[in-house]
Amino acid sequence: MANGESTAGSDAPAGGFVQLLTPDGERVDSVTTADGTTYSVDFTDDEYRELYRDLVTVRRLDAEATALQRQGELGIWASLLGQEAAQVGSGRAMRPQDMAFPTYREHGVLYTRGIDPIMPFGLFRGVDQGGWDANEHRFNGYTIVIGSQTLHATGYAMGVTMDGKTGTPDGEAVIAYFGDGATSQGEVNEAFVWAGVFNAPMVFFCQNNQYAISEPLERQTRIPLYRRAAGYGFPGVRIDGNDVLASFAVTRAALDNARNGQGPTLIEAYTYRMGAHTSSDDPTRYRIASEVESWKAKDPISRLRAFLSKQQLADDGFFDEVDEAAKTLALDLRERVLSMPDPQPVSMFDHVYPNGSPELDAQRAQFAEYHASFEGSDH
Amino acid sequence: MAETITIGKALNHGLRRSLEEDSKVVIMGEDVGKLGGVFRITDGLQKDFGEDRVIDTPLAEAGIVGTAVGLAIRGYRPVCEIQFDGFVFPAYNQIVAQVAKMFYRSKGNVRLPIVIRIPFGGGIGAVEHHSESPEAYFSHTPGLKVVTCSNPSDAYWMIQQAIRSDDPIVFFEPKRRYWEKGEVALDADLSGADPLHQARVAREGTDVTLLSYGPMVRTALDAATAAAEDGRNLEVIDLRSLSPVDYETIYASVRKTGRAVVVHEAPGNIGLGAELAARITEQCFYSLEAPVLRVTGYDIPYPAARVEEEYLPDLDRVLDAVDRSFGW
Repeated sequence: MANGESTAGSDAPAGGFVQLLTPDGERVDSVTTADGTTYSVDFTDDEYRELYRDLVTVRRLDAEATALQRQGELGIWASLLGQEAAQVGSGRAMRPQDMAFPTYREHGVLYTRGIDPIMPFGLFRGVDQGGWDANEHRFNGYTIVIGSQTLHATGYAMGVTMDGKTGTPDGEAVIAYFGDGATSQGEVNEAFVWAGVFNAPMVFFCQNNQYAISEPLERQTRIPLYRRAAGYGFPGVRIDGNDVLASFAVTRAALDNARNGQGPTLIEAYTYRMGAHTSSDDPTRYRIASEVESWKAKDPISRLRAFLSKQQLADDGFFDEVDEAAKTLALDLRERVLSMPDPQPVSMFDHVYPNGSPELDAQRAQFAEYHASFEGSDH
Repeated sequence: MAETITIGKALNHGLRRSLEEDSKVVIMGEDVGKLGGVFRITDGLQKDFGEDRVIDTPLAEAGIVGTAVGLAIRGYRPVCEIQFDGFVFPAYNQIVAQVAKMFYRSKGNVRLPIVIRIPFGGGIGAVEHHSESPEAYFSHTPGLKVVTCSNPSDAYWMIQQAIRSDDPIVFFEPKRRYWEKGEVALDADLSGADPLHQARVAREGTDVTLLSYGPMVRTALDAATAAAEDGRNLEVIDLRSLSPVDYETIYASVRKTGRAVVVHEAPGNIGLGAELAARITEQCFYSLEAPVLRVTGYDIPYPAARVEEEYLPDLDRVLDAVDRSFGW
C-alpha cells in the first residue's frame, strides 16, 4: 500500500472513511468516528432528488466545457469529472452567510452557491481573469497559484471572529478548497498553523483526487492527509469523496462547529480525478487504465441513482427529465460562451490600481493614440 | 503644535492616529504586540488598542501577508510589518501574485487596502538579511505602489496616507535613520500634507540634480552641503514615491540643472536608477549636459558588516559622481 493511502489510522472509522452511501447505492444509517462524532443525514425524498439533479447538472456543464475547449472556444479547462459528489455535498452544506475560497476546479461548488455557471468562463476563454465580486457571491475568485487561497480564507475567518460573528448557530463559517498537491505547500501549512492558534471558523476541504497533475499522492505525503490535522491541533476527517451524503454531512457538521466557535476542521475527501488535470494534460503518461476503471465503479452519480431507484424515489421519467434539463442548461451555456465579446484592447489598462496612476494613464493614452493611428488604413 | 521627534517615533504616532481614526485598521506582524516591534515602531499600541487590533502573528511572513489579504476582503485595513528587508521573500508570492493582482483579477470588485511596512537598507552593522534594499522587485510589479520616507514629518504623514489609500502599498522605512530627529506637526490635519506620490525638492540648487530616497536623502543633502563649499549648487530631490515616480518634478529639475545623479543603496544593475536614467534621457535629452550617472550599491550580495561602509554610497562617492558629471 502506498504512503498516504493507508486506511489504518487508529482514528479512522471502519473502511477508512466516512461513507453514508456505498458504491452500490446502499444507505449507511450513520457513521461514528473514533472521537465519538456521529455523522448522518436526514434528507427528504425531494432533497435526495435535488442532490441527484445537482450532480448530473454539474457533470453535464463540465462536459460541455470540455467540448468547448476541444473546439477551440476555451483556452483551457480544468474538469471536475469524478469530483462532483465532493463539491456538491460540501457546497450544499454551506449556509447562505458562509464564504468559500475555491481553486480553479470548483465549478460544482460555484453552482451550488446559486451562481450563474457562466461566471468563470471569462477566465477560461481568456476574455478576463475572473472578475467577480467575492463578497456579493460569498465565493472568492478562482485561485491558480496552488494553496494561496487557504491563507486568504484563514485571514477572512479571523475577521469573522473579530466581527463577533462566531459563537452562535447563525454565525459565519469559511471554507477553503484545495487539493492533495497543495498540502505540500508551505502556505497551506501556515494556514493550518494560523487557523489553529487563532481558533478561526474554518473548514479546510481537501479534495484528494490522487494526483497533482502527474505526481501521485505518495510523492506528497507519508501519512493519510486527514491525519495531518492532529499536528496542528484540530480534527481531521476522511470521507468517501464520491459519496455526496458523506460530503454533505461531514462538511455541514464542520461548518457548524466553526460557526459555533469550535475552530477549524480538515476534511479529506478521498476521490479521483477521472479526467486530465486540465485540457493540456495527458494522463495516459502517468496512470494505468485499470486504475481509472476501478474508480468508475465508485462513480458518485451512479450510486445515488441506484439508491433512488431501489428506494423507488425516482423513475426513468425523472432521470430523463434531469438529463434533459441539464442538457438545456449546457446548450444555453454554450451559446452564451460563444457570444462572449472579446475585450477592448485598451481595457487591459483598467483596474490596476483603485486610485489610478498618472504613469499608467499616460501609457493608456499612448496606447490608444497608437491604435488610432491605424484607423482607416489596411493594417 | 510641532514636536521634535525621531522617524521611529513619528511612525509610531502615525500608526496610533490611524488606529484611533478607523476601527478597521489592524497591525499584524512578528513581535509587534508586547515587544512593540524589534525597532519599537509599534511600541505601546497593543496595550492601548488590544490584541485584536495589534496582532502578534505566528512566525511566517507568507502567513502574515496571506491572512492580511483575507482580512482586507473582510473589510479590514491591515498594516503588516515585515521585521527586516531580507525576510520579505517568504511573502513574495502573496505580495506579487495576490496582493498586487487581486484588484485587476476581480475587475475592480475586490480591493486590498493593505500596507506592508519593511525596514530597509544597511549601515547598522547587522548580519546577513538585515541590510537589503529590495525596492526594485516591488516597484517592478504592476498593482503595487511603493513609497519610502526620509524624515520624521514625512514618516508621520506618509504612513497615515498609505493606510488610508485603497491601493496596496509597500512602505519602506529607512532603518538606519529611525533615530534621526525632526519637527512634526502632530496635531495638524492630514489634508495639509503633500500628496503621497509626489516627490519633494529637499534642497534647491542650480548645477546638478541629486535623485535619492529613503536613507540616501540624508547622504545626498550632506553631499550638497559639502559641494556648496566648493561653489557647486546641488539640487536634492527626495522621490518619496518609487512607484509611481513623480517624474514631472524630476524633469523640471533636470531641465533646470542639465545634470542628474541618482543615488541608491540597492545594486545598480536593473535598479531604480536605470529606469530614472532612461526616462530622463528620453524626456530631457536636449537639456542634458552629461549622461545621467548612478551611485549605487555594487552588484554583489550585501557584504559583511565590517566592509559595509565601503559598499554604501557615501558623501565622497556622490561628490565624485558630481565631479564626473562636470567633466563631460
